[in-house]
Order: sequence, then structure tokens, then C-alpha cells
Amino acid sequence: MVKLKDVCRHVRSKNAGPYWVTFDLFFDGPEKFRDYHDHPALGPDTFQRLYGADPALVRHYPVPSLNMVKISHARISPQGGVVERDMHCGQQFVRLLDVELT
Amino acid sequence: MMDGPIKILVPTGSLGAGAREDEVRYGIARGAHAIATDAGSTDSGAAYLALGISKNNRGSVKRDLTILMRAAADAGIPLIVGTSGQAGGDRNVDWTRDIAVEVAKELGLRPKIALLYCEQEKETLKRYNGAGKVRPLPPLGALDDATIDACDHIVAVMGPEPYIAALASGADIILGGRTTDTAVLASFALLKGASVGASWHAAKIAECGGQCTVSPAASAGVLISIGADGFEVEPLSIENRCSPESVSAHMLYENSNPFLLTEPGGVLDVTDAVYTQLDARRVAVAGSVWKHQSYTMKLEGAGSRRFQTIMLIGIQDPHVLGDVDAFHDRMLAALYDRVHKTIGPAAGDFHISLRMYGWNAVSGDRPPPGTPAPREIGVLFVATADSQEMASQIAKACNPYFFHFPVLMDEELPSYGFAFSPADIDRGPVYEFLLNHVVELEDPMELVRTVWIDMAQGEVA
Repeated sequence: MVKLKDVCRHVRSKNAGPYWVTFDLFFDGPEKFRDYHDHPALGPDTFQRLYGADPALVRHYPVPSLNMVKISHARISPQGGVVERDMHCGQQFVRLLDVELT
Repeated sequence: MMDGPIKILVPTGSLGAGAREDEVRYGIARGAHAIATDAGSTDSGAAYLALGISKNNRGSVKRDLTILMRAAADAGIPLIVGTSGQAGGDRNVDWTRDIAVEVAKELGLRPKIALLYCEQEKETLKRYNGAGKVRPLPPLGALDDATIDACDHIVAVMGPEPYIAALASGADIILGGRTTDTAVLASFALLKGASVGASWHAAKIAECGGQCTVSPAASAGVLISIGADGFEVEPLSIENRCSPESVSAHMLYENSNPFLLTEPGGVLDVTDAVYTQLDARRVAVAGSVWKHQSYTMKLEGAGSRRFQTIMLIGIQDPHVLGDVDAFHDRMLAALYDRVHKTIGPAAGDFHISLRMYGWNAVSGDRPPPGTPAPREIGVLFVATADSQEMASQIAKACNPYFFHFPVLMDEELPSYGFAFSPADIDRGPVYEFLLNHVVELEDPMELVRTVWIDMAQGEVA
């Protein structure tokens, strides 16, 4: 069972303005990038399940020169709202690490 | 264009974060034509715009300004600061202005200072909105006047044009209000006729200072050299280096799209950019493209509509830790019930959340079955209500239940670990960004006001 953390050398998340969060998935070499960067388990449905994201507002940008993919989605609650738990979204990546890429 | 590339010394990712004198000396010795840095961002939330306050303390900003103003004056080059005072509202600019004037007096300098203000009157924005000049960016919808009225402060994010105009008018120091990070750093090179695409791309790469280097902790700043066809970047610390990967990866940072960056008046497109190692420490970049678009400024507005009171307890009791989720759910239900019974409808549309630090506070998700019990947890109670007084009353009503809530109803009441007395802390308003819109403009200066302080012309009040 391959998980995202098994095929990436670095995964990070950060706010991209108050309304969006962005995830950078740096794969461990070109083969892993090729095999997994557009895996269905990294699609909008996963971001809906893990973060409540609107699937229509999930963006997927592969960057082959860096063996990475950037995935951005609109936050369900803008930065700093009543239910804020991670102002800079810097811990949001952790929930992605165990996503299974079968 | 000047002979050779335009060199911009970017001393730090944000004014007050810690410019280093040796790095600034190195950049000047390498022939810097200007020093440029931003001084803020929206990253830390809406409070700084809503309140007009800085995130950095006054001493940190004064320290950096002292280093940079002295270096710029000695070298006879301009110092350009954008998004002054964290949020770039008028009050944030004035706070920075007062520090700069104080530093100038202490150093015996008499600079010509341009202050660029971009805070907006609500009536002005309503007029633009009524004329159909304001459009939303996803995920927000069309702007209404009520949302404008709910903002405490609104800024229009500046491009490079006000900076270019101030430089052309002989500014020694520019203290700008809210500006895109890139525009602050690109302005001098654009004025001098460097490649437009390279100027914007270099500015994006350098926006966080040493973040684009191989060892970000080792360098506060970088030097960007922008020519007719591309740019070069090098760390200001001679022990550090840039690599094609460290530089290109920074284009990804805090940017929802890795190839396109929308700015006032155009879009930077780096899809075809090529990053090359030039020598041990420097990277060259070519192929950045600037695409003109109609001129827009992004609007940022901050306000508060609700208030919070918080309490914190620590729990080590293994009976609680054996099933944190069940404890959370039963306590939360009991707290809501307690407020309904003791305050009733007067509590209004209140909200309570319990954040179980040490268990799942950051996500709020349920950990998978079989997750080992933590050794201890901190439980943060957050009550939100329409007034500070009501949030405070809700916390006080909940206090005994929060403090003594048992795992089993027939056991002796436990007492959890409060850290403070009084236990409830009025946190104040919940500050939020309320705008994600752009305003279309005929003229980049339309919403900007420039004020001059010429310290050569005598005493400044």
C-alpha cells in the first residue's frame, strides 16, 4: 500500500491569500512524479473529503521541471474566521501524507 | 537603461524581520542601485489592517530602518519600503513614517521621503462599485454596500507606478502603503528600463529575501541583478548559495498558481522560464514574460462582526484520555445546554468550540480507531457571540462545567488544570478579511495619494 509520504521527499501547505490554501507535493524523482502526480486519489474528491473543499474550486498544476504538483483550493472558511484552527494553513499538509495511492 | 544590469538589494523578507549589516554591506559593495523590501503581508490575518497596527514590534522595525537608511544614505541610493506597518493602511504607514523620521534625526540625515497612501473611503468604493468597476475573485461573489460598510479599513493594493513616480521625483526614501510584494521590488528596475518580465519575476523570487536560497536560515537577503534579457539572483551571505531548484521553487510559495502571477496591469508568466546555475552561488533566469492587461487594483478590507472569550485547561486524567472524542462530544453538548438554561435566548446566535490540543485540535478531524491515547491534552474553549459581553457571559456560565466535567456521571467531580485566574480571557473581536475583489481603473494613480516629507527643508514636526 503506497502512501503519499512514501513517494514524496517534501510536502508542504500554506495560505495563498486569505481565501485559498495551496499544497506543494515534491515527488522523490521523475519516476515517482510520472507515476503518481495525477493519481485519482490526489483529485478534488480527496480534498472534499479531507478539507471540505468545493471540488469545483480545486486546482491542480503539475510542474515537471521540479517533479512536483501544486494543488490549491478555496478555503471553506476564510482565514481568521470563528472556527479558525490553522491561520497560515501550515499544518494542513499532514492529512495528505497518509492518502493511499493504489 | 543604465549600463549593465539594475541591481536591487533585498535585505530581508520583511522590514523588522532582521536585516544584517554585513549582508547589506556586501550588497552595496556588489553595486546595488537601490534597497527595496516589503514590510508586511496579509498572511498573519486581518487584525493588523482592521486595527492599523504592526505585527513587528517598534524596536525591530527601527533597528532595520537604522541599518538600511544609513547604508542607503552612505551609498547615495534610494530605500524603497512597501506595505508599511504590516497591513499598509494609512495608520500603518504613519507609524512607519514616525519611526523613519526619528531614525533620520538620530543619524543626522535629511532625506526626501515619499509617503504613498492607498487606504480608501467607503463612499469612494461604493461609487466605483455602483459604476460596475468592482468585480469579485473566487470564491467570493459580487460586492454589496453592506460588506463595504462592515470593513474597518480598506486598502487598494498598489502596483509599481506610484513608486516609479516618487523615484522619478527624487525620493530618497519611499514608505508605501499596501502594495504587491513584487511591485515594491520591481519598481526601480522598471523605472530604469530593465526587462519588464525579468523585473517582475526577479521581484517575485526575492520577495521573501533569503527564502529562495539553499539555506534560508543562513541569509536574510538577496541581490537581484536585472538586465535586458533576464536576471540573476545571489544570496547576500557569502556562505550561502542559490540553486536552480531553490530559486524556481520560490515561484510556488504562497501562490495558488505556479506559473502565473496576476499583478496590477498585467500577468507574469513563467511557464517557459529557464533557471541556470551561473557559478557556485548565483542563478540566472531567462524566459519570463509579462503580459499586459487592463489595470486593476486588488481590494483588501478587514472588519469584525463577532467577539470571542477563551478558557484553557490541561488534562492528564487517563479516564478522559482513554476516549477523548466521546469526552469532547459530551462536554460540548453539556456546555450548549448550560448556556441555553442559564442565559436563554439572550445568548443570541452564539458558538462554542472545544479544541483538543494534543489530540486533534489543528484539524478537528476524528483520529483513526486505534490511535494511542495521548499523555495529556490541553482543551481550548472558544465562545463566540455578537458582543464581547455576551461571549464573556457564556464563558462564565460554562466555567464550572468546563472545569469539573466528569467522565462518569456518578463519580466524584474532577478538577482540571486551569493555568490562569480569572480563567476566562476576553479575546476581543474576530477580525476577518471581507473583500476579495478588484477595482478596474483608468489610471494607476487614481486611488493613491502621495505626501512628501522633505527633511532638507527644515524641522519635521
